[in-house]
Amino acid sequence: MTHHEAENTTNDPASAVLERARHFVDDLTLTEVVRWKKDHPGQLAVGYMPIYVPRPMLEGIGCLPVAMFGGGDQVDIIKGDSFYQSYICHIPRSTLELALNGSLDSLDGVLFPSICDVIRNLSGMWQMLFPEKYASYVDLPQNFDPELGGKFYVNDMARILRDLTARGAWKYDADKMRAAIAAENSRRAALKELDTLRVKEPFRVRASEAYLVARAGGLLEAAAHEKLVREFVAAAKQRAPRVYDNVRVLVRGSFCEQPPLGLIKTLEAAGCDIVDDDFQLGLRYIDGDIECGPSDDPMRAIATAFLRRGQATASRYIADEEKGAALVQSVRQVEAEGVIFAAASFCDPALLDQPMLEAALDRAKIPHTSLKFAENTGQFQVIREQAGAFSDAVKLWGSAA
Amino acid sequence: MTTTPTHITRPREVDTEAAKDDSQLRQKQMISGHFDKLATAKEDGRAVAYTFVPGNLTELMLALDMLPVLPEINALQSGMRKLSGNYITEAEKLGHSEDVCTYVKCDIGMMKSGNIGPTGTKLPDPNILLLSYTGCFTFMKWFELLKEEYNCPVAMLHVPYQGDGHITPEMRTYVIEQLEREVIPALEKAAGKKLDLDRLSDLLERSRKAEDDLVAVWESAQNTPSPIDGYFGGVYYIGPIFSAFRGTQDACDYYAMLRREVEQRVKEGKGPVTPDGDAPEEKYRLVVEGPPNWTNFFDFWRMFSREGATVVSSTYTRVGGLYDTGFRHDPKDPLGTLADYCLGCYTNLNLPMRTKLLASYIEKYKADGFLINSVKSCNSFSAGQLLMLRELERKTGVPGGFIESDLVDPRYFGKANIENRVQSYLQMLEARKSRASA
Ligand code: SF4
Ligand code: SF4
Repeated sequence: MTHHEAENTTNDPASAVLERARHFVDDLTLTEVVRWKKDHPGQLAVGYMPIYVPRPMLEGIGCLPVAMFGGGDQVDIIKGDSFYQSYICHIPRSTLELALNGSLDSLDGVLFPSICDVIRNLSGMWQMLFPEKYASYVDLPQNFDPELGGKFYVNDMARILRDLTARGAWKYDADKMRAAIAAENSRRAALKELDTLRVKEPFRVRASEAYLVARAGGLLEAAAHEKLVREFVAAAKQRAPRVYDNVRVLVRGSFCEQPPLGLIKTLEAAGCDIVDDDFQLGLRYIDGDIECGPSDDPMRAIATAFLRRGQATASRYIADEEKGAALVQSVRQVEAEGVIFAAASFCDPALLDQPMLEAALDRAKIPHTSLKFAENTGQFQVIREQAGAFSDAVKLWGSAA
Repeated sequence: MTTTPTHITRPREVDTEAAKDDSQLRQKQMISGHFDKLATAKEDGRAVAYTFVPGNLTELMLALDMLPVLPEINALQSGMRKLSGNYITEAEKLGHSEDVCTYVKCDIGMMKSGNIGPTGTKLPDPNILLLSYTGCFTFMKWFELLKEEYNCPVAMLHVPYQGDGHITPEMRTYVIEQLEREVIPALEKAAGKKLDLDRLSDLLERSRKAEDDLVAVWESAQNTPSPIDGYFGGVYYIGPIFSAFRGTQDACDYYAMLRREVEQRVKEGKGPVTPDGDAPEEKYRLVVEGPPNWTNFFDFWRMFSREGATVVSSTYTRVGGLYDTGFRHDPKDPLGTLADYCLGCYTNLNLPMRTKLLASYIEKYKADGFLINSVKSCNSFSAGQLLMLRELERKTGVPGGFIESDLVDPRYFGKANIENRVQSYLQMLEARKSRASA
C-alpha cells in the first residue's frame, strides 16, 4: 500500500507541464498538427487508430504520426451514430464524427492496424467516405517467425512507405530511419522513467497525470514528446510527499477506446493507486529499445522488435506462452495488489480476452474486478462504489472476496 | 461465423418436399456418416481437428485422414435445436461477457454441458486446433479459449485481409510459407503421418468439380422464377462444401445431384422449395447480406417465402468460399490454391469489395431489393453495414432494408418487430413496382 500522496496545490511544480499535456490531449481539431504542417511545409501528417503502428517508420520519412483516440466525452455525436448499430463500441462513431465535421482534415492519411474487425472495417469505410485521402489497413503479423511474419511485416511496411512517398513523403533513407528509431528509443526511455517513478512513488505521479503526459505524445514528434515527459518527471520529483493509504492496482482492457479522464480519477478517488495500465499501450507496445546498429536494416529492426518484444495484449495471438502469464508477471513487477479490468462496452478483443486473464489471476491468487465503460460515460457513481468496495476488500483481506 | 445447417436433424415441421429431394437425403446420409466416424474417432485412431468454416483447409485435413469438427456449425445446430439460449447463459455465468459473439459462448456452453453433438453422442476432443484466421478476429480469441480447455496444440494460419482490395504476391507467399513450414508439419504431427501431395491434388480436383456444380446452382437464380432460394435454401446447399466434405467423391455426387434437381425445376418453371413446399408465385427477388438467425430460422424464412419473396443471391453463402467470381481450387498448385482460397473468402474482402459484390448480385440476378440482416454477434459482418446500405442504394438505385437480430441468441430475435419490418419493406417494394408499371 502507498502511504503518501503529492500535494495538489497551486504551487505544484508540475502544473505548467500538465497543462500543456492537457492541451495536446484536448486538441481534437488537431490545431497542433496544422501548426506542425505550417512549420514543415510539404511534409505529411498520418493518423492511426489504436493500438500500434510503428511511429518511427512514419517519422523516418518525415511524416508526423498522429494517434487517433476518438472524441472521448468531448464530442457530440450527430452523424457518427448513423453509421453504427447500437451494439458496436463508441470510438468508431466519434472518430467518424470528427472526420465528417472536418476536425481531421489536416491528416493526409490514416492507418488502421489489425486490432479488431471494427477497426478493420473502418478502414474500408474510410476508403469509401474519403476517397481522396490515403487509408490503409496494417495487417500486423500474427506469426512471429522472422522468416514468415517478420518478412511479411517488412514487405508491408515497404508498401506503406511507397504509398506515402508517392503522396509526398520523403523517399526512404536508411540513415533517416535509424535516426527516427533512435528518437523513438529515447522517448521510450523517458516513458519508462515516468512509469518507474509511478511504480516506486505513486504519490508523486497520479495515473490520471501520467495518462495525460503519455497521451500528449500522440500528436508530437518523438523528440518533442520525450522533452515533455522528462520535464514532467523532473517536476514530479520536486513534489512534496503526503501520507495516504491506497491500494496498488493495475488496470487492463482500455488499450483502444479510452476511458474518460473522469473515470481514471474516480478510480483514484476510490482509493486506488493505478501503478500500471494499458491506456496508452501503443506508445509502450515495444518493451524496451528497437535495437538497430549503424549497419542494421532499420525496417528489419522495427519488425524484429515487434516480433520479439511486442507486449501481450488482446489483439496479439499468444502462441506457445501461457495466456495471462504476462499479466501476472506485470502484477508482480509493479507490486500491484489487484487488477481492475476496464474494457469498453462491446469491445470484443478485450472482453473475449478477459476470462482467460481472470483465470490466470485466479491461479495466481491475485484479486480482480471488472467494469465496462464508454468513452463518453459521464456518470461514475457506480464505478466509484465498485472500485471502493474492491480496494477496501483488498486492504482488509488481500482479496476481492 | 459462417456456417451451414447441414448437421442438423431437420425438424419435423420442414419434413416437406425439400426434405424429400434426393440431394437432401444424400446430404443427410453424408452428415450422419461423418458423425458416426467422429463417434469412433478415438478407437479408430483418427485424429480430430477443430477448425473454422472460412478459410477451412478441408482437403489438407482429409489428405491426412483427419476428421474436421466445426464449432461454428455446432453453435448453429444448437441454435436450431433451441439449445443455444441455455448454452449462452451457461457461458455468461462462467464470466463471458454479454457483449461478445454468441457463437463463441454457445460453443463454450455446449462444451461445458458435455459437448454432445446432434446425434446424441459426445464429440471427440480435438487432437489439434487448426486456427484458420481468415476474415474474423474473434476466431483467434475463440481458439485461445478452447486451447485453455483442451490443452492441445494449435496450428495458426494468419491469412492477411484484403485491406486494399486485392491479393498481393506477398500476402500469398506469406500464407503458402506458413502452410509449408508450420501448419502442415503441425497437422502431420497430430495425424501421425506425412502429407502426400498427390493425394491432396486429387482431392482438390474433386473440389473443383463440386465448385463448378455449386456455381451452376447459384447462377440458376438468374431464371424467373428462380428455382432456388439462395439464402434460406442456400445454407443447405453450402453444407457439404463448407464443412467436412470438400474434396470428397460424396461432395461431387451431392453437387451433381443438386444441380440436376435445380435444372429440372427450371425446366418445370418451378420456384424454390420452402418450408411449406413449393414456393408461391415469385413476387419479389431479393439479395441478402449478413448471416441468418438460427434460433427462429423457419419463422424467419416464412416471413419471406409466404409473401412470394425469393432470395436470389446472398453473401453469407460465400463465407466459406467465393466461387462465383471465378475462383476454383487448382490441383496443379495445391498450396498456392489453398492460399488463394483462404484469401478470397467473403469476410476477408474489404468493405468496398463487399459492396461491389452485392451490387453485382443485384444486377446479375435482377433483384428488386436487397436486405441486410445485421447480427449483433458479428462485428466482422456488421460493422460498416449501414454505410454499405447507403452506398448500395446510391449505386444501384434499388431500395435496401435493414433488420437486426442475432445468430444463436434467442434474446435478440424479436419476431414481431422483424416481421413488421420485413412486411413494410415488401409493401414498399410492391408500391414501387406498381408505380413503375403505372
Ligand atoms: S474498442 Fe474494442 S471493439 Fe471497439 S474498435 Fe477498439 S478494439 Fe475494436
Ligand atoms: S464474430 Fe462473426 S465471423 Fe467471427 S465467429 Fe462470431 S459470428 Fe463468426
